[in-house]
Amino acid sequence: MLSSVNNLQQIKLILETALLVSPEPLSLADLKKLFEEDMSGESLRKVLDELRSDWVGRGVELVNVASGWRFQARPEFQSYLDRLNPEKPPRYSRAVLETLAIIAYRQPVTRGDIEEIRGVTVGSTLLKALETRGWVEVVGNREVPGRPGLYATTKTFLDDLNLRSLQELPPLEDMGRLLEAGEERSEMSGDGQGVP
Amino acid sequence: MNEVAELAPLAKVLGEPLRELPHDLYIPPEALEIFLETFEGPLDLLLYLIRKHGLDPLDIPMAEVTRQYMDYVEMMRTNRLELAAEYLLMAALLVEIKSRMLLPRHVEATEEEADPRAELVRRLLEYEQMKLAAYSLDHVPQAGRDFSLAQVWVEEAARERLPEVSPADLAQAWLGLLAKARVTRHHRITREQLSVREHMSRILRFLREREFVEFGELFDVARGVPELVVSFLAVLELVKEALVEVSQQEAFAPIYVKLSHAVVRQ
Repeated sequence: MLSSVNNLQQIKLILETALLVSPEPLSLADLKKLFEEDMSGESLRKVLDELRSDWVGRGVELVNVASGWRFQARPEFQSYLDRLNPEKPPRYSRAVLETLAIIAYRQPVTRGDIEEIRGVTVGSTLLKALETRGWVEVVGNREVPGRPGLYATTKTFLDDLNLRSLQELPPLEDMGRLLEAGEERSEMSGDGQGVP
Repeated sequence: MNEVAELAPLAKVLGEPLRELPHDLYIPPEALEIFLETFEGPLDLLLYLIRKHGLDPLDIPMAEVTRQYMDYVEMMRTNRLELAAEYLLMAALLVEIKSRMLLPRHVEATEEEADPRAELVRRLLEYEQMKLAAYSLDHVPQAGRDFSLAQVWVEEAARERLPEVSPADLAQAWLGLLAKARVTRHHRITREQLSVREHMSRILRFLREREFVEFGELFDVARGVPELVVSFLAVLELVKEALVEVSQQEAFAPIYVKLSHAVVRQ
Protein backbone atom coordinates (compact mmCIF):
# COMPACT_ATOMS: atom_id res chain seq x y z
CA MET A 1 0.00 0.00 0.00
CA LEU A 2 2.51 2.64 1.13
CA SER A 3 5.51 0.49 0.61
CA SER A 4 7.51 2.71 -1.67
CA VAL A 5 9.41 5.71 -0.34
CA ASN A 6 8.02 7.83 -3.17
CA ASN A 7 4.52 7.04 -2.10
CA LEU A 8 5.30 8.00 1.50
CA GLN A 9 6.82 11.28 0.37
CA GLN A 10 3.69 12.00 -1.65
CA ILE A 11 1.43 11.23 1.30
CA LYS A 12 3.45 13.53 3.49
CA LEU A 13 3.14 16.37 0.99
CA ILE A 14 -0.61 15.87 0.68
CA LEU A 15 -0.98 15.95 4.47
CA GLU A 16 1.18 19.03 4.73
CA THR A 17 -0.79 20.88 2.07
CA ALA A 18 -4.14 19.96 3.56
CA LEU A 19 -3.08 21.01 7.04
CA LEU A 20 -1.64 24.28 5.83
CA VAL A 21 -4.72 25.35 3.92
CA SER A 22 -7.24 24.26 6.54
CA PRO A 23 -8.61 27.00 8.81
CA GLU A 24 -9.53 24.37 11.44
CA PRO A 25 -7.55 21.55 13.00
CA LEU A 26 -7.93 18.34 10.98
CA SER A 27 -8.68 15.08 12.78
CA LEU A 28 -7.24 11.75 11.70
CA ALA A 29 -10.65 10.92 10.24
CA ASP A 30 -10.54 14.11 8.16
CA LEU A 31 -7.04 13.36 6.99
CA LYS A 32 -7.98 9.83 5.95
CA LYS A 33 -10.49 11.26 3.51
CA LEU A 34 -7.61 12.76 1.53
CA PHE A 35 -6.61 9.35 0.25
CA GLU A 36 -8.43 6.89 -1.94
CA GLU A 37 -6.71 3.92 -0.44
CA ASP A 38 -7.48 2.96 3.13
CA MET A 39 -4.87 4.35 5.52
CA SER A 40 -4.53 3.01 9.00
CA GLY A 41 -4.55 5.56 11.80
CA GLU A 42 -1.22 4.24 12.92
CA SER A 43 0.58 4.77 9.61
CA LEU A 44 -1.04 8.18 9.27
CA ARG A 45 0.23 9.14 12.70
CA LYS A 46 3.70 7.98 11.74
CA VAL A 47 3.75 10.22 8.69
CA LEU A 48 2.41 13.13 10.78
CA ASP A 49 5.19 12.61 13.30
CA GLU A 50 7.72 12.69 10.46
CA LEU A 51 6.11 15.83 9.10
CA ARG A 52 6.34 17.41 12.53
CA SER A 53 10.06 16.73 12.77
CA ASP A 54 10.50 18.09 9.23
CA TRP A 55 9.22 21.44 10.48
CA VAL A 56 11.44 21.61 13.54
CA GLY A 57 13.54 24.75 13.37
CA ARG A 58 10.96 26.74 11.45
CA GLY A 59 8.73 29.56 12.71
CA VAL A 60 5.71 27.36 12.23
CA GLU A 61 5.16 24.00 13.91
CA LEU A 62 2.75 21.11 13.56
CA VAL A 63 0.84 20.39 16.78
CA ASN A 64 -1.77 17.93 17.91
CA VAL A 65 -4.70 19.49 19.82
CA ALA A 66 -8.10 18.21 20.96
CA SER A 67 -9.76 18.57 17.54
CA GLY A 68 -6.83 17.22 15.56
CA TRP A 69 -3.67 18.44 13.91
CA ARG A 70 -2.85 21.97 12.87
CA PHE A 71 0.02 24.24 11.93
CA GLN A 72 0.63 27.20 14.22
CA ALA A 73 3.30 29.82 14.74
CA ARG A 74 5.73 29.15 17.55
CA PRO A 75 4.88 31.24 20.64
CA GLU A 76 8.34 32.86 20.63
CA PHE A 77 7.43 34.69 17.43
CA GLN A 78 4.23 36.15 18.81
CA SER A 79 5.94 39.30 20.04
CA TYR A 80 7.01 40.04 16.47
CA LEU A 81 3.62 39.21 15.03
CA ASP A 82 2.00 41.50 17.59
CA ARG A 83 3.78 44.44 15.98
CA LEU A 84 1.61 43.97 12.90
CA ASN A 85 -1.43 44.37 15.07
CA PRO A 86 -0.37 46.37 18.12
CA GLU A 87 -3.76 46.14 19.82
CA LYS A 88 -3.36 43.61 22.62
CA PRO A 89 -6.36 41.40 23.23
CA PRO A 90 -7.96 42.34 26.56
CA ARG A 91 -7.25 40.01 29.45
CA TYR A 92 -9.99 38.32 31.36
CA SER A 93 -10.78 39.52 34.86
CA ARG A 94 -9.99 37.35 37.86
CA ALA A 95 -13.70 36.62 38.25
CA VAL A 96 -13.85 35.20 34.71
CA LEU A 97 -10.63 33.24 35.14
CA GLU A 98 -11.71 31.73 38.44
CA THR A 99 -15.05 30.74 36.96
CA LEU A 100 -13.29 29.20 33.97
CA ALA A 101 -10.92 27.30 36.25
CA ILE A 102 -13.79 25.89 38.31
CA ILE A 103 -15.61 24.76 35.16
CA ALA A 104 -12.43 23.28 33.69
CA TYR A 105 -11.38 21.36 36.79
CA ARG A 106 -14.73 20.52 38.37
CA GLN A 107 -16.97 20.04 35.32
CA PRO A 108 -19.81 19.56 34.92
CA VAL A 109 -20.83 22.22 37.40
CA THR A 110 -23.86 24.44 37.90
CA ARG A 111 -23.71 28.13 38.53
CA GLY A 112 -24.56 27.32 42.15
CA ASP A 113 -21.50 25.08 42.44
CA ILE A 114 -19.31 27.89 41.12
CA GLU A 115 -20.84 30.36 43.57
CA GLU A 116 -20.34 27.90 46.41
CA ILE A 117 -16.61 27.66 45.70
CA ARG A 118 -16.05 31.35 44.98
CA GLY A 119 -18.27 32.56 47.82
CA VAL A 120 -19.85 35.24 45.64
CA THR A 121 -22.66 35.52 43.14
CA VAL A 122 -21.69 34.68 39.59
CA GLY A 123 -23.29 37.08 37.14
CA SER A 124 -24.80 35.71 33.96
CA THR A 125 -22.73 38.15 31.88
CA LEU A 126 -19.66 36.40 33.22
CA LEU A 127 -20.80 32.98 32.01
CA LYS A 128 -22.07 34.55 28.78
CA ALA A 129 -18.58 35.92 28.10
CA LEU A 130 -17.14 32.42 28.31
CA GLU A 131 -19.97 30.96 26.24
CA THR A 132 -19.55 33.60 23.56
CA ARG A 133 -15.86 32.79 23.43
CA GLY A 134 -16.90 29.21 22.71
CA TRP A 135 -14.98 27.91 25.69
CA VAL A 136 -17.84 26.64 27.86
CA GLU A 137 -21.33 25.33 27.16
CA VAL A 138 -24.29 23.86 28.98
CA VAL A 139 -24.11 20.10 28.53
CA GLY A 140 -27.17 19.15 30.56
CA ASN A 141 -29.27 19.95 33.57
CA ARG A 142 -29.00 18.75 37.11
CA GLU A 143 -32.19 17.03 38.16
CA VAL A 144 -32.90 19.23 41.15
CA PRO A 145 -35.51 21.98 41.53
CA GLY A 146 -34.92 24.64 38.91
CA ARG A 147 -33.01 22.19 36.71
CA PRO A 148 -29.86 24.36 36.65
CA GLY A 149 -27.64 24.04 33.59
CA LEU A 150 -24.43 22.05 33.92
CA TYR A 151 -21.42 23.82 32.44
CA ALA A 152 -18.46 22.10 30.83
CA THR A 153 -15.55 23.23 28.71
CA THR A 154 -15.57 22.72 24.94
CA LYS A 155 -13.11 21.34 22.41
CA THR A 156 -12.46 24.90 21.28
CA PHE A 157 -11.23 25.67 24.78
CA LEU A 158 -8.72 22.81 24.58
CA ASP A 159 -7.74 23.78 21.02
CA ASP A 160 -7.16 27.41 21.98
CA LEU A 161 -5.01 26.36 24.92
CA ASN A 162 -3.07 23.90 22.81
CA LEU A 163 -4.29 20.92 24.82
CA ARG A 164 -5.30 17.48 23.64
CA SER A 165 -7.42 16.65 26.67
CA LEU A 166 -8.39 17.92 30.11
CA GLN A 167 -5.65 15.71 31.54
CA GLU A 168 -3.16 18.17 30.10
CA LEU A 169 -4.47 21.07 32.18
CA PRO A 170 -1.90 22.40 34.65
CA PRO A 171 -2.10 20.11 37.71
CA LEU A 172 -4.02 21.43 40.68
CA GLU A 173 -2.08 22.64 43.68
CA ASP A 174 -1.92 19.91 46.28
CA MET A 175 -4.17 20.56 49.29
CA GLY A 176 -1.39 19.48 51.61
CA ARG A 177 0.96 22.05 50.15
CA LEU A 178 -1.69 24.72 50.47
CA LEU A 179 -1.86 24.00 54.18
CA GLU A 180 1.78 24.87 54.61
CA ALA A 181 1.10 28.56 54.50
CA GLY A 182 3.98 29.75 52.38
CA GLU A 183 5.33 33.19 51.74
CA GLU A 184 5.34 32.62 48.01
CA ARG A 185 1.63 31.86 48.25
CA SER A 186 0.79 35.21 49.71
CA GLU A 187 2.71 36.89 46.91
CA MET A 188 0.72 35.08 44.33
CA SER A 189 -2.61 35.59 46.04
CA GLY A 190 -1.72 39.25 46.08
CA ASP A 191 -1.79 39.63 42.30
CA GLY A 192 -2.10 43.38 42.46
CA GLN A 193 -3.62 43.36 45.90
CA GLY A 194 -0.77 45.29 47.45
CA VAL A 195 -3.06 48.03 48.51
CA PRO A 196 -1.32 51.38 48.89
CA MET B 1 -6.94 56.63 60.85
CA ASN B 2 -8.30 53.19 60.84
CA GLU B 3 -9.83 51.62 63.88
CA VAL B 4 -7.21 48.90 63.90
CA ALA B 5 -4.51 51.40 64.65
CA GLU B 6 -6.24 52.43 67.83
CA LEU B 7 -6.14 48.97 69.38
CA ALA B 8 -3.34 49.74 71.79
CA PRO B 9 -2.08 46.26 72.69
CA LEU B 10 -2.31 44.39 69.44
CA ALA B 11 -3.68 40.91 69.63
CA LYS B 12 -1.64 37.83 70.34
CA VAL B 13 -1.34 35.57 67.35
CA LEU B 14 -0.56 31.93 68.20
CA GLY B 15 0.69 33.05 71.58
CA GLU B 16 3.04 35.58 70.00
CA PRO B 17 2.19 39.16 70.84
CA LEU B 18 1.67 41.14 67.68
CA ARG B 19 3.48 44.40 68.27
CA GLU B 20 3.54 45.89 64.84
CA LEU B 21 0.44 46.87 63.02
CA PRO B 22 0.48 45.13 59.67
CA HIS B 23 0.85 48.15 57.45
CA ASP B 24 -1.17 46.67 54.66
CA LEU B 25 -4.26 46.73 56.84
CA TYR B 26 -4.58 50.46 56.63
CA ILE B 27 -6.44 51.59 53.60
CA PRO B 28 -6.75 55.25 52.75
CA PRO B 29 -10.40 56.03 52.00
CA GLU B 30 -9.60 57.08 48.45
CA ALA B 31 -8.10 53.66 47.81
CA LEU B 32 -11.16 51.83 49.01
CA GLU B 33 -12.70 51.59 45.58
CA ILE B 34 -9.58 49.92 44.25
CA PHE B 35 -9.41 47.76 47.33
CA LEU B 36 -12.96 46.49 46.85
CA GLU B 37 -12.29 45.60 43.26
CA THR B 38 -9.17 43.63 44.07
CA PHE B 39 -11.05 41.07 46.13
CA GLU B 40 -13.24 38.50 44.53
CA GLY B 41 -15.51 38.24 47.55
CA PRO B 42 -15.43 37.36 51.26
CA LEU B 43 -13.50 34.11 50.83
CA ASP B 44 -10.84 35.96 48.88
CA LEU B 45 -10.56 38.65 51.54
CA LEU B 46 -10.36 36.10 54.32
CA LEU B 47 -7.74 34.14 52.46
CA TYR B 48 -5.77 37.32 51.96
CA LEU B 49 -5.84 38.09 55.70
CA ILE B 50 -4.72 34.58 56.62
CA ARG B 51 -1.98 34.37 53.99
CA LYS B 52 -0.72 37.88 54.53
CA HIS B 53 -0.15 37.20 58.20
CA GLY B 54 1.29 33.78 57.63
CA LEU B 55 -1.40 32.20 59.76
CA ASP B 56 -1.89 28.46 59.86
CA PRO B 57 -5.11 27.72 57.97
CA LEU B 58 -5.72 24.76 60.26
CA ASP B 59 -5.48 26.93 63.37
CA ILE B 60 -7.08 30.21 62.43
CA PRO B 61 -7.20 32.65 65.39
CA MET B 62 -10.87 33.34 64.95
CA ALA B 63 -11.15 36.42 67.19
CA GLU B 64 -8.28 38.23 65.50
CA VAL B 65 -9.23 37.33 61.97
CA THR B 66 -12.85 38.21 62.63
CA ARG B 67 -11.88 41.58 64.05
CA GLN B 68 -9.69 42.45 61.09
CA TYR B 69 -12.28 41.18 58.69
CA MET B 70 -14.96 43.31 60.35
CA ASP B 71 -12.79 46.41 59.97
CA TYR B 72 -12.86 45.95 56.23
CA VAL B 73 -16.57 45.23 56.19
CA GLU B 74 -17.23 48.32 58.30
CA MET B 75 -15.50 50.43 55.68
CA MET B 76 -17.54 48.80 52.98
CA ARG B 77 -20.77 49.42 54.83
CA THR B 78 -20.17 53.13 54.98
CA ASN B 79 -19.10 53.46 51.38
CA ARG B 80 -20.60 50.73 49.28
CA LEU B 81 -23.45 49.20 51.19
CA GLU B 82 -24.65 47.17 48.22
CA LEU B 83 -21.38 45.28 48.14
CA ALA B 84 -21.40 44.41 51.81
CA ALA B 85 -24.12 41.73 51.85
CA GLU B 86 -21.93 38.78 50.90
CA TYR B 87 -19.21 40.04 53.20
CA LEU B 88 -21.66 40.39 56.10
CA LEU B 89 -22.78 36.81 55.60
CA MET B 90 -19.20 35.69 56.03
CA ALA B 91 -18.83 37.90 59.09
CA ALA B 92 -21.85 36.18 60.64
CA LEU B 93 -20.26 32.82 59.90
CA LEU B 94 -16.99 33.88 61.52
CA VAL B 95 -18.79 35.05 64.66
CA GLU B 96 -20.80 31.85 64.74
CA ILE B 97 -17.64 29.75 64.54
CA LYS B 98 -16.03 31.78 67.28
CA SER B 99 -19.03 31.42 69.59
CA ARG B 100 -19.21 27.69 68.96
CA MET B 101 -15.54 27.44 69.87
CA LEU B 102 -16.25 29.15 73.16
CA LEU B 103 -18.99 26.70 74.08
CA PRO B 104 -17.97 23.61 76.03
CA ARG B 105 -17.84 20.58 73.77
CA HIS B 106 -19.24 17.16 74.30
CA VAL B 107 -16.54 14.80 75.35
CA GLU B 108 -17.83 12.16 72.96
CA ALA B 109 -17.73 14.55 70.03
CA THR B 110 -16.29 12.97 66.93
CA GLU B 111 -13.12 14.16 65.31
CA GLU B 112 -15.06 15.91 62.61
CA GLU B 113 -17.22 17.91 64.97
CA ALA B 114 -14.31 18.79 67.15
CA ASP B 115 -13.34 21.95 65.33
CA PRO B 116 -16.10 24.25 64.10
CA ARG B 117 -13.55 25.83 61.79
CA ALA B 118 -13.16 22.71 59.68
CA GLU B 119 -15.82 23.57 57.08
CA LEU B 120 -14.49 27.10 56.69
CA VAL B 121 -10.99 25.75 56.22
CA ARG B 122 -12.23 23.31 53.60
CA ARG B 123 -13.95 26.11 51.69
CA LEU B 124 -10.96 28.39 51.98
CA LEU B 125 -8.60 25.75 50.67
CA GLU B 126 -10.90 24.74 47.86
CA TYR B 127 -11.24 28.36 46.83
CA GLU B 128 -7.50 28.88 47.03
CA GLN B 129 -6.92 25.82 44.91
CA MET B 130 -9.23 27.16 42.22
CA LYS B 131 -7.75 30.62 42.49
CA LEU B 132 -4.29 29.22 41.86
CA ALA B 133 -5.65 27.06 39.05
CA ALA B 134 -7.11 30.18 37.45
CA TYR B 135 -3.72 31.80 37.75
CA SER B 136 -1.87 28.96 36.07
CA LEU B 137 -4.62 28.54 33.48
CA ASP B 138 -4.08 32.15 32.51
CA HIS B 139 -0.43 31.34 31.96
CA VAL B 140 -1.14 28.52 29.53
CA PRO B 141 -0.37 29.84 26.05
CA GLN B 142 -3.56 30.84 24.28
CA ALA B 143 -4.30 30.81 20.57
CA GLY B 144 -4.47 34.35 19.30
CA ARG B 145 -2.90 35.77 22.44
CA ASP B 146 0.37 33.89 22.81
CA PHE B 147 0.64 32.20 19.45
CA SER B 148 -0.99 32.46 16.05
CA LEU B 149 -2.53 29.83 13.87
CA ALA B 150 -0.88 29.20 10.53
CA GLN B 151 -2.94 29.26 7.42
CA VAL B 152 -1.87 29.33 3.84
CA TRP B 153 -4.04 31.39 1.58
CA VAL B 154 -5.76 29.40 -1.11
CA GLU B 155 -6.94 30.89 -4.37
CA GLU B 156 -10.59 30.22 -3.76
CA ALA B 157 -11.68 31.21 -7.27
CA ALA B 158 -9.53 28.50 -8.80
CA ARG B 159 -11.42 25.72 -7.10
CA GLU B 160 -14.81 27.32 -7.06
CA ARG B 161 -17.35 24.92 -8.52
CA LEU B 162 -20.00 26.51 -10.64
CA PRO B 163 -23.44 24.94 -10.86
CA GLU B 164 -24.51 23.43 -14.21
CA VAL B 165 -27.50 24.73 -16.14
CA SER B 166 -29.49 22.80 -18.75
CA PRO B 167 -31.61 24.45 -21.50
CA ALA B 168 -34.69 22.82 -19.97
CA ASP B 169 -33.96 24.55 -16.66
CA LEU B 170 -33.74 27.86 -18.50
CA ALA B 171 -37.04 27.31 -20.29
CA GLN B 172 -38.68 26.37 -17.02
CA ALA B 173 -37.32 29.46 -15.36
CA TRP B 174 -38.56 31.68 -18.18
CA LEU B 175 -42.06 30.20 -18.00
CA GLY B 176 -42.03 30.69 -14.29
CA LEU B 177 -41.09 34.30 -14.76
CA LEU B 178 -43.93 34.83 -17.22
CA ALA B 179 -46.47 33.25 -14.91
CA LYS B 180 -45.22 35.39 -12.10
CA ALA B 181 -45.33 38.52 -14.24
CA ARG B 182 -48.99 37.84 -15.07
CA VAL B 183 -49.90 37.57 -11.44
CA THR B 184 -47.96 40.52 -10.28
CA ARG B 185 -48.88 42.75 -13.21
CA HIS B 186 -49.92 46.20 -12.16
CA HIS B 187 -53.53 47.08 -12.26
CA ARG B 188 -53.56 50.52 -13.73
CA ILE B 189 -56.18 52.60 -12.08
CA THR B 190 -56.58 55.95 -13.70
CA ARG B 191 -59.00 58.60 -12.75
CA GLU B 192 -61.34 59.31 -15.58
CA GLN B 193 -62.02 62.92 -15.84
CA LEU B 194 -65.77 62.89 -15.39
CA SER B 195 -67.21 66.17 -14.44
CA VAL B 196 -70.73 66.40 -13.08
CA ARG B 197 -70.86 70.01 -14.29
CA GLU B 198 -69.97 68.91 -17.78
CA HIS B 199 -72.83 66.40 -17.81
CA MET B 200 -75.22 68.94 -16.41
CA SER B 201 -74.44 71.11 -19.41
CA ARG B 202 -74.79 68.19 -21.75
CA ILE B 203 -78.23 67.32 -20.35
CA LEU B 204 -79.39 70.93 -20.49
CA ARG B 205 -78.28 71.17 -24.12
CA PHE B 206 -80.06 67.91 -24.87
CA LEU B 207 -83.28 69.07 -23.19
CA ARG B 208 -83.26 72.44 -24.90
CA GLU B 209 -83.94 70.77 -28.20
CA ARG B 210 -86.87 68.76 -26.89
CA GLU B 211 -89.82 69.53 -24.74
CA PHE B 212 -90.11 66.26 -22.88
CA VAL B 213 -87.51 63.56 -22.58
CA GLU B 214 -88.00 60.19 -21.08
CA PHE B 215 -85.62 59.73 -18.13
CA GLY B 216 -83.85 56.77 -19.73
CA GLU B 217 -82.93 58.76 -22.79
CA LEU B 218 -80.58 60.90 -20.76
CA PHE B 219 -78.32 57.94 -20.17
CA ASP B 220 -76.10 56.19 -22.65
CA VAL B 221 -75.61 52.70 -21.22
CA ALA B 222 -72.85 51.98 -23.70
CA ARG B 223 -70.53 54.50 -22.06
CA GLY B 224 -70.08 52.54 -18.89
CA VAL B 225 -71.06 52.66 -15.27
CA PRO B 226 -68.97 55.69 -14.25
CA GLU B 227 -70.67 57.77 -16.95
CA LEU B 228 -74.11 56.59 -15.81
CA VAL B 229 -73.36 57.50 -12.22
CA VAL B 230 -72.08 60.91 -13.12
CA SER B 231 -75.03 61.50 -15.44
CA PHE B 232 -77.41 60.56 -12.66
CA LEU B 233 -75.60 62.87 -10.26
CA ALA B 234 -75.87 65.58 -12.87
CA VAL B 235 -79.65 65.11 -13.09
CA LEU B 236 -79.94 65.27 -9.30
CA GLU B 237 -77.81 68.37 -9.28
CA LEU B 238 -79.97 69.96 -11.97
CA VAL B 239 -83.12 69.19 -10.00
CA LYS B 240 -81.59 70.66 -6.90
CA GLU B 241 -80.72 73.83 -8.72
CA ALA B 242 -84.27 73.86 -10.11
CA LEU B 243 -83.04 73.86 -13.69
CA VAL B 244 -85.01 70.78 -14.70
CA GLU B 245 -88.24 69.24 -13.59
CA VAL B 246 -88.72 65.53 -13.18
CA SER B 247 -92.23 64.18 -13.20
CA GLN B 248 -94.00 60.92 -13.00
CA GLN B 249 -97.76 60.35 -13.25
CA GLU B 250 -97.91 57.32 -11.03
CA ALA B 251 -95.69 54.60 -9.67
CA PHE B 252 -93.83 52.66 -12.37
CA ALA B 253 -95.05 55.05 -15.02
CA PRO B 254 -92.40 56.56 -17.30
CA ILE B 255 -90.41 59.40 -15.78
CA TYR B 256 -90.19 62.51 -17.86
CA VAL B 257 -87.63 65.22 -17.63
CA LYS B 258 -88.09 68.73 -18.98
CA LEU B 259 -86.47 72.10 -18.57
CA SER B 260 -88.00 74.18 -15.90
CA HIS B 261 -89.85 77.29 -16.97
CA ALA B 262 -87.17 79.61 -15.80
CA VAL B 263 -84.68 78.10 -18.17
CA VAL B 264 -87.11 78.03 -21.06
CA ARG B 265 -87.77 81.67 -20.63
CA GLN B 266 -84.16 82.59 -21.06
